[in-house]
Amino acid sequence: MKVLVTGASGLLGRAVADALHAAGHDVRTFQRRPSGLAHAQDVLGSVTVPAEVDRAVAGVDAVVHLAAKVSLAGDPAQFHEVNVRGTGNVLAALARHGVERLVHVSSPSVAHTGASIVGDGALPADPARARGDYARTKAEAEVLALAADRPGLRVVAVRPHLVWGPGDTQLVARLAERARAGRLPLLDAGTVLVDTTYVDNAASAMVAALGRLDAPDGAVRGQAYVVTNGEPRPIAEMLGGICTAMGAPAPSRHVPAALARAAGSLVEAVWRVRPGTDEPPMTRFLAEQLSTAHWFDQRRTRADLQWAPAVTLDEGLRRLRAASGTPAG
Amino acid sequence: MTSPGAPGPTAPASLPPRGLAGLDAGFSRLVRAPETPLTAVPEHGAGRAGAGSSAGPVRTWHVLDNGGRLDELGREPVGTVLCVHGNPTWSYLWRRLVAVATEAAAAGRPAWRVVAVDQLEMGFSERTGAHRPLARRVRDLGDLTDALGLAGPVVTLGHDWGGVVSLGWAVDHPDVLAGVAVLNTAVHQPAGTPVPAPLRLALRRGVLASSTRRTTAFLDTTLALAHPPLDPAVKAGYRAPYRSAGRRGGIEGFVADIPADAAHPSAAELDRVAAGVRALDVPALVLWGAKDPVFRDRYLDDLQARLPHADVHRFETAGHLVAEDVDHATAVLDWLDDRFGEHDAGGAYRAGAGGATLGADADTHGRHAAPGHVEDAPADVAAHAAPGVDRPAHPDGVADDDPRPGRPAHVGPGHVEDVPAGHPAHAAGGTAGEWGDRHPLWYRLESLAGSAETALVELAPSAGPAPRVVSWRLLARRVREIAAGLDALGVRRGDRVSLVVPPGADLTAVLYACLRIGAVVVVADAGLGVRGLTRAVRGARPDVVIGAAPGLSAARALGWPGRRISVAPLAPALARALGVEHTLADVAELGARREPPAPPGPDDTAAVLFTSGSTGPAKGVVYTHAQLAAACRALATRYDLGPGTGLVAGFAPFALLAPGLGARTAIPAMDVTSPRTLTAAAVADAAAAVDATVLFLSPAALANVVATADGLTAEQHAGLGSVRTFLSAGAPVPVELLARAAELLPHATPHTPYGMTECLVVTDITLDEIRDAAGAPGPDVPGGVCVGRPAAGAVVRISALDDDGAATGTPSTEPDVTGEIVVSAPHLKQGYDRLHLTDRASTLGTATSSGSDTGPRAGTGTGTAPGPGPGPERWHRTGDVGHLDAEGRLWVEGRLAHVVVTADGVVTPVGVEQRVDGVPGVARSALVGVGPRGAAVLVAVVETGPAARRPGLAAPDLAAAVRAAAGRPLAAVLVVPRMPTDVRHNSKIDRTRLAAWAEGVLAGRRARRP
Repeated sequence: MKVLVTGASGLLGRAVADALHAAGHDVRTFQRRPSGLAHAQDVLGSVTVPAEVDRAVAGVDAVVHLAAKVSLAGDPAQFHEVNVRGTGNVLAALARHGVERLVHVSSPSVAHTGASIVGDGALPADPARARGDYARTKAEAEVLALAADRPGLRVVAVRPHLVWGPGDTQLVARLAERARAGRLPLLDAGTVLVDTTYVDNAASAMVAALGRLDAPDGAVRGQAYVVTNGEPRPIAEMLGGICTAMGAPAPSRHVPAALARAAGSLVEAVWRVRPGTDEPPMTRFLAEQLSTAHWFDQRRTRADLQWAPAVTLDEGLRRLRAASGTPAG
Repeated sequence: MTSPGAPGPTAPASLPPRGLAGLDAGFSRLVRAPETPLTAVPEHGAGRAGAGSSAGPVRTWHVLDNGGRLDELGREPVGTVLCVHGNPTWSYLWRRLVAVATEAAAAGRPAWRVVAVDQLEMGFSERTGAHRPLARRVRDLGDLTDALGLAGPVVTLGHDWGGVVSLGWAVDHPDVLAGVAVLNTAVHQPAGTPVPAPLRLALRRGVLASSTRRTTAFLDTTLALAHPPLDPAVKAGYRAPYRSAGRRGGIEGFVADIPADAAHPSAAELDRVAAGVRALDVPALVLWGAKDPVFRDRYLDDLQARLPHADVHRFETAGHLVAEDVDHATAVLDWLDDRFGEHDAGGAYRAGAGGATLGADADTHGRHAAPGHVEDAPADVAAHAAPGVDRPAHPDGVADDDPRPGRPAHVGPGHVEDVPAGHPAHAAGGTAGEWGDRHPLWYRLESLAGSAETALVELAPSAGPAPRVVSWRLLARRVREIAAGLDALGVRRGDRVSLVVPPGADLTAVLYACLRIGAVVVVADAGLGVRGLTRAVRGARPDVVIGAAPGLSAARALGWPGRRISVAPLAPALARALGVEHTLADVAELGARREPPAPPGPDDTAAVLFTSGSTGPAKGVVYTHAQLAAACRALATRYDLGPGTGLVAGFAPFALLAPGLGARTAIPAMDVTSPRTLTAAAVADAAAAVDATVLFLSPAALANVVATADGLTAEQHAGLGSVRTFLSAGAPVPVELLARAAELLPHATPHTPYGMTECLVVTDITLDEIRDAAGAPGPDVPGGVCVGRPAAGAVVRISALDDDGAATGTPSTEPDVTGEIVVSAPHLKQGYDRLHLTDRASTLGTATSSGSDTGPRAGTGTGTAPGPGPGPERWHRTGDVGHLDAEGRLWVEGRLAHVVVTADGVVTPVGVEQRVDGVPGVARSALVGVGPRGAAVLVAVVETGPAARRPGLAAPDLAAAVRAAAGRPLAAVLVVPRMPTDVRHNSKIDRTRLAAWAEGVLAGRRARRP
């Protein structure tokens, strides 16, 4: 079928487009800059402009909606504009064009209230309690998207957690850069268990979710699923693994989590008043992410999506190492 | 100022407000019932509703009643549970039972109608303005059940003073009564004992009204008694009907109605109920919270004496509000199903349907748990009980106190109707069963009574420098004298005697004397620690404590119940201070010219042995005489112990049973509080003293013996040469240690039996067999510790684990299936003391099950297994998990409670730990699960050599090596300086604690030491 991927310029969007193509779908992408994907038809534009969204959606059978403002700090209005209004624009276009399938890409942070997540399932998105502008606006967007499930439009939300992989200019590159600069601290002892998602696994989960939307049982309709590798690791070990694969030193400096949170709150406030171009060094949200456990019960995800991650953590790290040209060992 | 008895404010009954936590408003209804005057002669029986000739005022009651719901479900009730709350609660107390019973009926289990009343003046029932003494309340309840037209069968359920009212109703309605159940209550205030202090205070003039009615103090205090504390929403539910002083008159009235003395107006009615209860022969259930400041254990003792056939579970950590502290609803319903399953004429019901699973309570049985013993008791510094020390006897003075001929013997978990005719349940006071061709424990002692041969040698008696040698003749005489003396002092069959005596001649003599007269020996292990020991002894409610000075001091300091007998003479002041009535010499003297009473029968209770507590709270394991005798025989046949053989034992059960086999026993010189101080020389001297052929040492003692072997003289080496059989058990024994012991004992075969307090020998394995087995496991097998083949008549089955890690499989011998180890043996325990639910869990789904044998958990699968001995098969779920291999060998894989249920399946810990232990730098390891059951992830916790300085993540290299060795995906590898272990053996890792610690650390809590 013909599938539109919004936000295909990032690590995950490109991987999803590739995976859809590999699964035999015709892929159209929609973002501000060219995707650079040979197999895909690019439609350039912004999700904040209804007419541009309309043009992208016309004539497709399904949409995988990834486009979002992903950032640790910034203007709250911008988050709302892209994440909430943008999703509304996509939903409106789907209705206008009678498109019947939507895979809405969300984030586990939509249900994270700051406490540790220890083997929980996908709790309902909670805009009132989500932490930070990104999580709050993504929570609102997910609520909107899942509420749009009705006869004639089948919707599923997929929440991949901490996606990483080769070619990642966001998480992985920044971690490595900070580690090289000695600016990557471990909060407390770095013992909290965190589950992550190798990018190809996140992409294959999207494809699986799209396929399951048409299943007669309707099991996934209106549902949200957290997707991870299902291999939680202590955060120190995980960061160490990624940094080492990138040829950067593993983090060893420890900072008390409480201090980091306090500092993060302050920095966040300053950045909101005077947003810079760079990401802030620490936000309260990031401090919480790094000092609380985040791992999930994947049983429902795997059963309902009839999917399992194909790339293990160790294999993912090997691929990262190979891609970054770091010598083995 | 009103006083109880004066008219108070009146108010009509009402329905509770909506939205009370956990209360389904649909169960509430109001019932009008005419009040019959107390002067009218009560008529009993169903169907007399409206028959009363003397119509009084009509009262309106609020009740919770699921009858309507059962009608909607189309379920005909098999009976009614009539629930009566106490003071100051209301039917809200039973909200979960009403709900759970209804759910069970909807799920196809037997439908029980549950009617939970608000007593008049209480809850949302009418405020009549009249004081309602006990007799009035009992009649009120009858008036209500008449109005309801309640036909049988009825099971009453009461708590607190509602227990008395419900039992009063039970006594008055024998024709419809099917059973009685109570939570903490009391029907009798023993003469001469004051009412409990909290109530005395409440009853004080001036305090009564202010604490109960004018303020909510009494209500608040009661609600604060919950363990753990009540949810605020539940507290609000309890307070809902008592918001104003005008609505609290009933609370005051109840407290005022407590018969503080015999002159109280309600004393006569209480006595009538108490006497009536003694005559009840219907099934009875007692669920008891031991931490109740008002209804203390002595009231449980009284209830149990009146209802000796009752199923009793004493919850050590629950209190007065036991209905809130534990899941009483499930316990009551399971009991109803077990006891009344046959009432369901449709026969569709199967016991346990609805998913009874072995929960936490099943984690009750020690792996390798050494039987309780007293060798670790404080050293007896004062003991010197040379026979014949003259002290004036006291033949009178104490024998008149509470003879209790019907002292409850433990009723086993079999069907009620399966209890043998001679069982104490039927023949209280009579001799139970016949010995037939079996011999009682004292048989050898009596047959050797004329022998001058050595029976026992104490190498280092506390009384003097020279070894103390006791002949069979002397031992038999002492046993006879003490037996007759105890009898003369009024110690009767079924009375409990707690022994806190170090191993030696005195302990042996007292033990056999108690057995001979049928007194139940309570043996608790000093390894439980003082608190654990006190809890154990209190829970076992001894009538007599026999001990050495240190034990008696502890008994005194810790307020243990029971009369005191000292093994050694004490200075009069000390004796008075310790409450000691007699010395052992007095007792022997008293019995010297008397005959012991008739001996007990094989099915009478012989002993309560307390488990070590290293794998859970200490539990009293009950043995009958036949079962103890069978344990004796098991040792005799397995280890060639008998007349003419010699035994050196640093392990109490074996040492104590040896005289019953006619074997010579040597007790080596050692500090009994610390087996680790036993030296090789002491063992060699002991072996030489009795020409020992069998040597038994705990692993801790063995380690020191091996370590001190260099100091042995040639003569001592020669002394060890006579040993043919060497045993070590009580905790896992490292094979290297066993091998080094074998070098010391050139002619001995080293064995390590696998057993537990509940069944001393299940399997046995020799050192050679261990070495054979070591080569066996490949990478695919679950691994574990090979403990050999079933021994001494024991039969082993495996109840396979299901996907949730519950042992639901039909017990079978199929090889390579991992499940709970289920055992049967002639020497298996009878049951647990006052732990009905533990009993139930330990036999669930076996032929011993107190539930229906047709339960889905295991069906009658054990029927395929021939019974191990005469009489009905008795089975026991050990709480250990493992598998049998194709050669019939048993492999232990860990504790059922420590099984980790991951998203990828069930993982038992021992196999993984064995592989991790092989990683260089790892001293020992424990595999724990973190996260919710079913989605847990595995975490290896390792102790390193040298020890880590602080707990935390393992270094990357170590983590990688452990992950590579584990054979299972590990989420994390943590190091600790030292594993948390049990008090007693210092070898069983406390995995429950470790798992909680690991989960905390991995969720961001500070990594303090586990």
